Parts: sequence; structure tokens; C-alpha cells
Amino acid sequence: MEQAGKRPRVNLAVEIAGLTLQNPVMPASGTFGFGEEYAPFIDLNRLGALVVKTITLHPTPGNPPPRLMESYCGLLNSVGLQNPGLEIFLREKLPYLRQYRPPLIVSIAGRTMEEYAELAARLSETEGIAALEVNISCPNVKEGGIVFGTVPAMAARVTATVKEHTHLPVIVKLTPNVTDITAIARAVEDAGAGAIALINTLQGMAIDIEKRRPALANIAGGLSGPAIKPVALYAVWRVARAVKVPVIGMGGIMTARDAIEFLLAGASAVAVGTATLVNPGAIMEIIAGLENYLAEQGFEDVRELIGALQT
Amino acid sequence: MLQDLEAEVLASHQLGQDVYLLRLYAPLIAEAAQPGQFVHVRCSETFDPLLRRPLSIHDAGNKGELTLLYQVKGRGTAWLARQQPGQKINILGPLGRGFTLPQNKRLALVAGGMGMVPLLFLARRALEAGNEVDFFYGARDREQLYQLETLKAMQVNLFLATDDGSAGFQGPVTKLWEKYIPERSYDRGYACGPRPALAAFARLSGEFSLPAEVSLEERMACGLGACRGCVATLRDASGNRYYENVCTGGPVFDAAAVYWED
Repeated sequence: MEQAGKRPRVNLAVEIAGLTLQNPVMPASGTFGFGEEYAPFIDLNRLGALVVKTITLHPTPGNPPPRLMESYCGLLNSVGLQNPGLEIFLREKLPYLRQYRPPLIVSIAGRTMEEYAELAARLSETEGIAALEVNISCPNVKEGGIVFGTVPAMAARVTATVKEHTHLPVIVKLTPNVTDITAIARAVEDAGAGAIALINTLQGMAIDIEKRRPALANIAGGLSGPAIKPVALYAVWRVARAVKVPVIGMGGIMTARDAIEFLLAGASAVAVGTATLVNPGAIMEIIAGLENYLAEQGFEDVRELIGALQT
Repeated sequence: MLQDLEAEVLASHQLGQDVYLLRLYAPLIAEAAQPGQFVHVRCSETFDPLLRRPLSIHDAGNKGELTLLYQVKGRGTAWLARQQPGQKINILGPLGRGFTLPQNKRLALVAGGMGMVPLLFLARRALEAGNEVDFFYGARDREQLYQLETLKAMQVNLFLATDDGSAGFQGPVTKLWEKYIPERSYDRGYACGPRPALAAFARLSGEFSLPAEVSLEERMACGLGACRGCVATLRDASGNRYYENVCTGGPVFDAAAVYWED
């Protein structure tokens, strides 16, 4: 990063749904806790945005353990949106997050349309929140979550409901566990989404052959990590061509090279998830690597890279 | 203070089939380490295997040495076993909440198999704090009792148990311990090992109203409390069950707070 000072300065800032991000790299919801867990390792002020773990209206206990299983180049999880709920988030987590400058994006999930509405309304009357990310793609909860994300009309209804109850920009996070992700993307765009984030995890399972039982207590889980990157990249490329709103790309981004692929495919920003679980400094390394790449390749502005894939 | 650093391998010794003692030079972690804490070890130069491996701290001495003792269970630990002196290994730590360390008390440490790993470090620090330590150590057979010389040199009261009777008492280590509980009137008990052994330990501690702590093992991703992947089921004072992170809420828990039926 210090070496980059010798080169012409590169603009890394991007705009997403009316938010200005100082760089296009942010944590993926669910992998960054509430920020404080990573403060010993990185300067949170250098993130493109802060994205917290999904909040539900009431505390969510999550699924029984075991919740994790490693696979080749991947991680299966069945956490199940464990979170302390809206009230404790507002009282105990938000004051800490407010001290940082990057836009704060709060991920929300409801079991019903009414819960999405109430979460949107309550968070919108709170200072210090820049945008809402609507999670309609969690594969690990029985009610809500992915149920809303697999049918275009339902995805549109959730998006419209949240829009009605907030003045904040609305980002909708999509699941890849559908026949045609572009149909969902167009539906949420038409319903007022200011940006689309994708992909959430892919559904999968693993089996313990000694016990002859599922490796996860929940039987199935969501697969993340480098194993899913080609799937995510293709979904981002397709959605970026299908909608006009900005796309936040994610799914197995481990290095700056991976992030650059997503930008070339049409993502205006990227989120880093599983990589942070392995390497707390991953996001910072990706920002630095992106800046170096742009300087070396003669770009003055990261926006020149977005969708620059030649086919 | 939490560290993310490259630790140099000083030595790696094979102690038994699939069991390795790894000595690392990591002064910042060794100096801060408390018994019961762990380090999160990157076990690959690539992203496969992907996740770090949480390993209990086996010993931490002066001169910046950090000692790990582990069993090769999969591709991650197999990678670790191949590392040679001079190579660098990325580790995060010290992580987690360790054991309570009293002064001038009589303590029972109950180790089942590889559960001996964190209890050796606890025994060392407990002795330094003026405690008397009864160390109960059980394994399948004589060959799988490790670090006996080190334990003997530390002047713990050592009680051995094996499943096949090839050393010490024949039977579960908790059965051996049970015989000593009444006469030894312990102030506190500690255990680490397979879950059935821990459950038996917790039950006995409860019966004798002995304050007791257990170190739990769970598959882990971040190790920092962010991902909520490594939870254990606990019970609160009213008996309600809830999930707590093993990485930050533990790995050491009050034995009475763990929901053992899981």
C-alpha cells in the first residue's frame, strides 16, 4: 500500500444505491459478526462498507451443533441466523459500530412479511445506518429466509414491503438455489431494490460414514468458500447483464485476483466472507491487491474495470 | 493481546502412532497464554484444506516456546505433521477462555486420551500457584499414555488408567477418580477428553458438589466469535438451553452448565 504511493493515485471509490464506498470491498454478512470480532486485526475504517450479521426481529437461537463441516475448498454451515435480535442489536451492537466511518449495512431477515416491515421501519428511525440488506436467501432456517427468495413474486413482495417502510437504500441478497437467478433479480429490481447482492450459499450436505449420520445436525447446510466461486461468478455475470442496478458480487472470493474477476464480470463491489474466517486480514489484502492491479494495468479508476469483460 | 503471526517450527516429534509434539517459537503468544486457551493454526499453503485447526496449548514456557500436542485426524493435521524445523506456520492466538487458576488448593485434573493436552499446561501453572495437583490420566493402552516423564517431573500426583489394564487401573479414568473423591476432598476439578468421559466427570462433580470445569471440542471456523459455527448447548440457571460459542465463550465451561444429553 505504501508502494502504491509511488504510482499515480488510483480511485477506488464506487457508488452503490446512493452510497459512496471508499473502495468496493466489504465483508459478507454472517462472516464478520458485528465488526468488533475483527477490530484486533484490521482497521474497520478502511473497509468499503461494514456489513453485519443478519438481524431478526426477535432473538434467534440458531440450529443445534454440529453446525460446520469442511469440504474440499469449501465450508458447509448450518448456523441458522443465530443473532441476539433487533433490541439487543440496537442497544449493544450499534453504538460500537457507529464510531466507524464506512457506511453501515444492516442485514435483516423475517419469518413473515410483517417482520420484514417492522425491522425496516425500526432500523430506519435509527441514526447511523446507511442501508438495509434484505436476506431472502438463508438456506438454514425453516421459516422465511430462502422461502422468500426462490419465487420471483415473493421476492418482489418482500422487497416492496421493505421499501414501503424505509427511506434507506435497499440491497436484496439472492440465493443461487433457484432455476433462474436472473428472474429473481429482475423481480426485486422492479420492486425497488437499489442494488442486488449475490450469491448466498449453495445448499449441500455431508455424511459421517462411521456414525452413518449427517455431519451437520441440521442435515443440510450452505456451502461457501473457493469451491463455489465459479458458480457465483457466472451468476453475477448473468445478473449484471439482466439488471440496471448495481450488483455486489460474492461467493468464494479469497484473493484480489478473485475480486477482480467479479468486477470484470459486472459487479460494482464485492463481499468477502469465508476468506475472513481463514485469514482475518483477507479484506485488507484484497483492497491492496486491487489497488496494485489497477495501477499496474494503467487504470485510474476502479469503475473502468466494472463489467469490462470482453467476450 | 491477540496475535496473528508466523511462528517458526523449532521441532516436531512423533510421540506415537499419529501423535505429534510440535514446538514453535512464538513469544508473543507463549507469554500471554493461559491454560485452557488454544491457538488457531493455518494448516495449508493453499485453500485446501480451507479452515484453520484449533489446537489446545500444551505448554508455554519461557524463551518464547509454545508447545502443541495433537493427533493426526485429517488432511489439516497431516499437513502440520509434515512441517520441518525452520518452517513458518501461521497461528492466531491465544484464543478462548481458559481454566480458573486458584492458589494453594487441592485440584483434581482428569484427562481422557488426548484430553491430557491442555491439562498438562494447567498442572504446570497450578503447581506454580501453590496448588496440590492430582492428575488422573486414562487412555486405551499403555502406548497411548503420552508425556508421562514430563508429568512425573512436574511433581503431580499421577494416577493412571487404561482400558486394557496395561498400565495402572483397568477401566475408565473417571471410575478411578471416583474412588479418590471422598478421601481427597478436592477444591476444584478439571477435565478434558471424549464427551462420554466429560459427562461422567460432570455427573460425579455434581454428586460431590465439587466446582468443576471442562474443556470442550467442536469443529470451528473463525475462532473469534464471529461466525457462530462452533457452538455447544448450555443450560442457564433456570434450565433453559441455549447455544454458546466454544471459541469465545469457552472452550472451558462450568461442567454444570453444559447440556450433556446433546
